[in-house]
Amino acid sequence: MRKMLLLCLALVLGFANAALAADDTVKIGVFLPLTGQNAFGGQLELEGVQLAAKENPTVLGKKVELFVVDNKSDKVEAANAVKRLIEKEKVQAIIGTYGSSLAMAGGEVSEKAGIPQVGTSCTNPLVTQGKKYIFRVCFIDPYQGAGAATYAYKTLGLKKAAMLVDLASDYSVGLSKFFSKSFTKLGGQVVATLNYQSGDQDFTAQLTKIISEKPDVLFIPSYFAEGAIIMKQAKELGATFKIMGGDAMDNPKITDIGGAAVEGFVHTTFPYDPSMKNMTEMAKKFTAAWKAQYPGKELNVNAALGYDAYMIILDAITRAGKADPESIAKALAATKGFQGVTGATTINETHDAEKPVGLVVIKDGKKIYEGEITPEL
Amino acid sequence: MNSATFIQHMLNSLTLGSLYALVAIGYTMVYGILRLINFAHSEMFMLGAYFVFWGITLANLPWPVAMVIAIVVTATLGVVVDQVAYRPLRDAPRISALISSIGVSFFLQNVAIVFFQAIPREVYRPQWLENPIIMGGVRVLPLTLFVPLLSLALMLGLIWIVYRTKAGLGMRAISKDIETSYLMGVPVNRIIALTFGIGSALAAASGIMWALRYPQLQPIMGTIPGFKAFIAAVFGGIGSIQGAVIGGLALGFIEIMTVAFFPDLAGYRDAFAFVLLIAVLMFKPTGLLGERLEDKV
Repeated sequence: MRKMLLLCLALVLGFANAALAADDTVKIGVFLPLTGQNAFGGQLELEGVQLAAKENPTVLGKKVELFVVDNKSDKVEAANAVKRLIEKEKVQAIIGTYGSSLAMAGGEVSEKAGIPQVGTSCTNPLVTQGKKYIFRVCFIDPYQGAGAATYAYKTLGLKKAAMLVDLASDYSVGLSKFFSKSFTKLGGQVVATLNYQSGDQDFTAQLTKIISEKPDVLFIPSYFAEGAIIMKQAKELGATFKIMGGDAMDNPKITDIGGAAVEGFVHTTFPYDPSMKNMTEMAKKFTAAWKAQYPGKELNVNAALGYDAYMIILDAITRAGKADPESIAKALAATKGFQGVTGATTINETHDAEKPVGLVVIKDGKKIYEGEITPEL
Repeated sequence: MNSATFIQHMLNSLTLGSLYALVAIGYTMVYGILRLINFAHSEMFMLGAYFVFWGITLANLPWPVAMVIAIVVTATLGVVVDQVAYRPLRDAPRISALISSIGVSFFLQNVAIVFFQAIPREVYRPQWLENPIIMGGVRVLPLTLFVPLLSLALMLGLIWIVYRTKAGLGMRAISKDIETSYLMGVPVNRIIALTFGIGSALAAASGIMWALRYPQLQPIMGTIPGFKAFIAAVFGGIGSIQGAVIGGLALGFIEIMTVAFFPDLAGYRDAFAFVLLIAVLMFKPTGLLGERLEDKV
């Protein structure tokens, strides 16, 4: 791992020297968490970006150079990383990052410098709010919460919902708020909302209370560490209702930890999964390219978002016909129906990607991509 | 709230409370003898749980064997930690050993993060633990019955060691006056090593039970139970073995019943535990069963 990083660094430095001489290159910076608590997602996204760069090494006849910096899952490091990309490497556009708080810290720097930044999987609404140069290829939390509610009410026909919310996480609170809003608007009823805090391990009291309210569906917008044991305890206490969650539960290890208790669990995610049936041409191409490039390595939607972030910048440069930061930002803002791996993407007026919400169901101990849904906000 | 729901809440409290009690016994024993709050207890708890599941998954050992080996390995580790981190500080002020234990705690936790990785791992449970017994709408987990009995048995066992054996006599002598114990020929370092060994074995046993109840392994899994058990031990009177059991059960009941009767406050249940700690320290610093400590000049 460390060797890999050193190698990357050496390559980056090598490129940096070469770049000084050549003016006919486009420089794209990448800042992602390659170490620390978010390293799992950050690594996959970087590999997605690198795959896209390998397949599409030029734009407008110019060579594209990638500059990769690790933001170490740390807000201060994220701001430093972006500063370095802009001031030292003089990049024209930036890709990053996994993690909304990291994206916000880095985004402040890009915004001030006027360099366009494209987020990969930072879903908090605040990331792009009031920003001229910050964009993203993922949808935002409200959209996802509403997607889960629409699926529960309309597709599954469930009328009574309960929620178990992590009070200490903005992500969890945000998702639950929009789930409840959309679910009630559709005509459903939220019969119980109980809280816990990140790091809790005993949920029996909350679950016993929820079970006594007899809901049809329980929405748990939790992170992976808590989600699986919540489901285990619910099963032990005799819960029979459906359980749903958000994209933070998108993890290949979910069936190992949850076992039989996660059977039937549904979570929303970005509209790509290696198990999906009706893949678009782009998605098929991407999946095949990934398997050729990284044989045997597990693939998930984060890699696809990394790929899309690179491709959407190239698309903007092509449409603009030039590669200065100002033109790239303008072209990015005007993106309509861009065909990415994660579906047709339109950048809206708040600079967020509008794309359908994907749904994954755990069936017979396997993650199955169910399809997409357009949320009713 | 109907009666079935209420009984379910009571059973949940009993399970959680007896787990707290189990962790608290180890805390309180080391404190009672050495007047040292061993913060590394949480990490022994975590390591015990990891060891047993490695024994099962990597070495294919049967359940009871893996458990015994894990407890023995953790106990040995406890003795090693004492030799490395506490023994050189035997004559230093008490606060030095306390700080050293915080250091050991962080060290072991970070070593675990590096070697075991921070992602949660699955726990395989024996089949007889998986299926709850259903009685009239109430679901009783086999562990709900087993953990309180285990806590009670370990409590009695410890009391027997401390009050009925020669090593226990040494422990009590050390807790009263360590310097005089040296003079009287008590093998102080051996007795203290034994104390840490037993303390770590208790931590491992409680970690394993915890992992069976909440089946997920993480390097930080010991931290919160450790804090809660510490509160339970203080509530019951730190240093008192019976007090730890009573404190653990009381804390379990308070936490669960807070959520049962005030569901809106569910997210703040940890806050209640800590408010309890502050209240006990303010109004009855010696806890329910704690003895008054005379200040030595």
